[in-house]
Amino acid sequence: MGQERIVGKPALRKEGMAKVCGRAQYIDDLTMPGMLHGATVRSSIARGRILGIEFGEGIPWDEFVIVTATDIRGENEIALINHDWPCLAAQVVNHPEEPIVLLAHADRHLLPKAVAAVRVSYEEWPAVFSMEESERRDPVIWGEDNVFKTFLMEKGNMDLAWAGADLIVEGEYTTGAQEHLYIENNGAIAAYSAEEGLTVWGSLQCPFYVHKSLVKMTGLPEQKVRIVQVETGGAFGGKEDYPSMIGAHAALLAMKSGKPVKIVYDRAEDMAATTKRHPSRVRHRTAVTREGKLLGAEIEIALDGGAYSTLSPTVLSRATIHAGGAYYWPNIRVRSKTLATNCPPHGAFRGFGAPQTLFAMERHMDHVAEALGMAPDELRRRNFLRPGQTTTTGQVIGEDIDLQHLMERALAESRYNEKRERFARENAGAGLKKKGIGLAAFLHGSGFTGSGERYLNSLAAMDMTGEGKARVLVSSTEFGQGTNTILCQIAAETLGIEYDAVEMGPPDTSVVPNTGPTVASRTSMVVGKLVHSAAVGLKKTLLASGLLREGYSTEEFVAAARTYVARYGQLRAEARYEAPPGVHWDDQQYRGEAYAAYAWAVYVAEVTVDLTTCGVTVDDFVAVQEVGRVLNPVLATGQIEGGVAQGIGWALYEKVVWGRGRMQNNQMTNYIIPTSQDIPPIRIFFEERPFGHGAYGAKGIGELPMDGPAPAILNAIAHAMGRQFDSVPLLPEDIFREMTVREPEREVVAL
Amino acid sequence: MSPEHYALRVNGKLRKVDAHPMARLLDVLRFDLQLTGTKEGCGEGECGACSVLMNGELVNSCLIPVAQADGAVIETVEGLGEDERLHAVQRAFLECGGAQCGMCTPGMLVAAAYLLRKNPHPDVAAIREGLNGNLCRCTGYMRIFEAVERAVSG
Repeated sequence: MGQERIVGKPALRKEGMAKVCGRAQYIDDLTMPGMLHGATVRSSIARGRILGIEFGEGIPWDEFVIVTATDIRGENEIALINHDWPCLAAQVVNHPEEPIVLLAHADRHLLPKAVAAVRVSYEEWPAVFSMEESERRDPVIWGEDNVFKTFLMEKGNMDLAWAGADLIVEGEYTTGAQEHLYIENNGAIAAYSAEEGLTVWGSLQCPFYVHKSLVKMTGLPEQKVRIVQVETGGAFGGKEDYPSMIGAHAALLAMKSGKPVKIVYDRAEDMAATTKRHPSRVRHRTAVTREGKLLGAEIEIALDGGAYSTLSPTVLSRATIHAGGAYYWPNIRVRSKTLATNCPPHGAFRGFGAPQTLFAMERHMDHVAEALGMAPDELRRRNFLRPGQTTTTGQVIGEDIDLQHLMERALAESRYNEKRERFARENAGAGLKKKGIGLAAFLHGSGFTGSGERYLNSLAAMDMTGEGKARVLVSSTEFGQGTNTILCQIAAETLGIEYDAVEMGPPDTSVVPNTGPTVASRTSMVVGKLVHSAAVGLKKTLLASGLLREGYSTEEFVAAARTYVARYGQLRAEARYEAPPGVHWDDQQYRGEAYAAYAWAVYVAEVTVDLTTCGVTVDDFVAVQEVGRVLNPVLATGQIEGGVAQGIGWALYEKVVWGRGRMQNNQMTNYIIPTSQDIPPIRIFFEERPFGHGAYGAKGIGELPMDGPAPAILNAIAHAMGRQFDSVPLLPEDIFREMTVREPEREVVAL
Repeated sequence: MSPEHYALRVNGKLRKVDAHPMARLLDVLRFDLQLTGTKEGCGEGECGACSVLMNGELVNSCLIPVAQADGAVIETVEGLGEDERLHAVQRAFLECGGAQCGMCTPGMLVAAAYLLRKNPHPDVAAIREGLNGNLCRCTGYMRIFEAVERAVSG
């Protein structure tokens, strides 16, 4: 570590110049000759049977392209895990805003009127709008029992834990839906001809997910479907699943009309119709000794999946595995389920289930500490996972981690102990502003869960362009996190050439191999390692050819590569995923190496609660993390800061208001995200312990910062107020309501 | 209403368009003048992605009917600078990581340039206030504040 020329340095963002000059071309910046604009007619009810579709007066319908489910030639399905998510509702609708009819016209200004003129009549059926209603199966709306997926994960023997406990502490924790609110809404353009096949350009994370889904939906051969990612204005998981839907809709209109069709949602449609973070309810029952040794946990998780299963089974999986947090549990039992309700499907969102269960774990740790009369940091210190111990899934911690050190650094940087004592003293006075400080410790698994990376079997490649540039060929996409920059840094470092001599290939399924989806904090660690291997292969080939000798300059490398290409046609190397040794996973028992590596963190939040307005401000935020090697300090810092800001939003501002399964506040005016004046100084500290199987020691980073802010902030609010809040988002009106009622006694059983 | 003739001075050039009086300045810039650097985020004046300068004042171009902009001097991100002639805030955003996904960036840059024109030496509080009409979902704003500070210090 530290010997590299490019890795670990703040290389400038590859596409940064285009972005700061306003030249970067996003989907709504693109236009094509003869292009039509598409729009969607959506369900106005939560659940029922479609009786008829009428096209009302006053619209020149013969000028419109009209598509319904009967126009679908292949499967009427958005392909993800199960087979339940229709591309267009055919006979029944299962949530408000479900797409039913597609319209296209050359004049986009005509579309809103036309959409409003389509009248769908329904036989309305009873629906469920909460997890509790779904659990009561009143009525059953999905499968036999409204349950998409369950897991049971057990370690040790909980009977022993209960028998040895001095105290048993219970708690229930809930989190709300969260809107991604990428600044660029979802959008796609599709074009079709019998000779060329179908091409879809879109704002998206996972070109091959869209490819798979559209092959199935269109019935076209694989090579006749091409997906191209264009510059993507933020995603955060929200463009993992949904682009398969909007891409399919653009494709249907393009195939029917023979013309290119663009669909770009406006903000209101994007917020009402697309996926959000799963709401959750997590119950904890913990056995602990008087000395603060955790003996066992019983954890029950429920996630609201919405009307179709989409990615809910895998979100639940990550939620389940992360439920025990960063602690050693000799005994633990986690039961989890994800339930159907009649709202639009919830989907991938940065953290993917882990923020929900870690919120519960880290709030619960403060409750356990309080029940013991122990400081929150001390209870954590006594129970942190250590090298050689096993996680909830029985995975032996092989990494050289030191959570106690991470925490001591976070406590020192935030002056936690001094402030904890001072605030408690000052808060006892009559002042109407109370201050608090709270912490959260947590982990986040890097890459796909369990056997996921094996199943993905990712392939990356590198080649040389005619212009003499080394080119990275992956399906991993850039949507702000820094994929382009990081992968080019890795390639340039490995090839021994300058950063500017490397470029990204187009994120186009007809050009790049399938490196898997751009999700799960896997790009730097897993895909980066593949790019490293491909670069090693490219360099070896060139050296073996005799055209290049060790000690070369970038110019010599480029000259040799051009000669090689002229002589042999192409210079290309590929690398396929190989699991690090010792990674085994049992999908049935949910035992084994859940992740090849984890990122670890301790966050501290300092807050002020104004008892007059019930408003909470976050005054300071310290984020200490161990993410393996930091490949680009500017990008890594930006990832953490951005994730912390989203976490602050989830904790204090962002409330999705539901009314009969429909988001009621689907506009930026009344769904509030943090502004430049709402964010405290976010102070970032990295501990670097290179991970042997990630590119140059990297582990995952992107999702980690979403996990810690909400529990740290609510722990700080509890410290400030002496009142406990166990739900996010926590808005001033929630605090006001709590202040007007007596605090209920928490369930603590002394044995 | 039928289209009317309008003339705007955009990034130093006189541009003529035929548009409905209530057409949004944002759409006129993006679709009539092909200046797609200015972005739409929300269409209701909340996010600031469509920020431009009109007669030297910072506005949300999604809220300005073109009739109101007739004869106006408009400055967009494309007019700030380019490549070898970057504006100080563009250079600083590039170096400090102020741009991630890039979607808020054009509006944020215009707002930052406006701030520095009004107040060449803003402190952090003034920077926070000056950019509070421009939402960013990627950065958590820290890199943006740092970029504006760097642009100030040169």
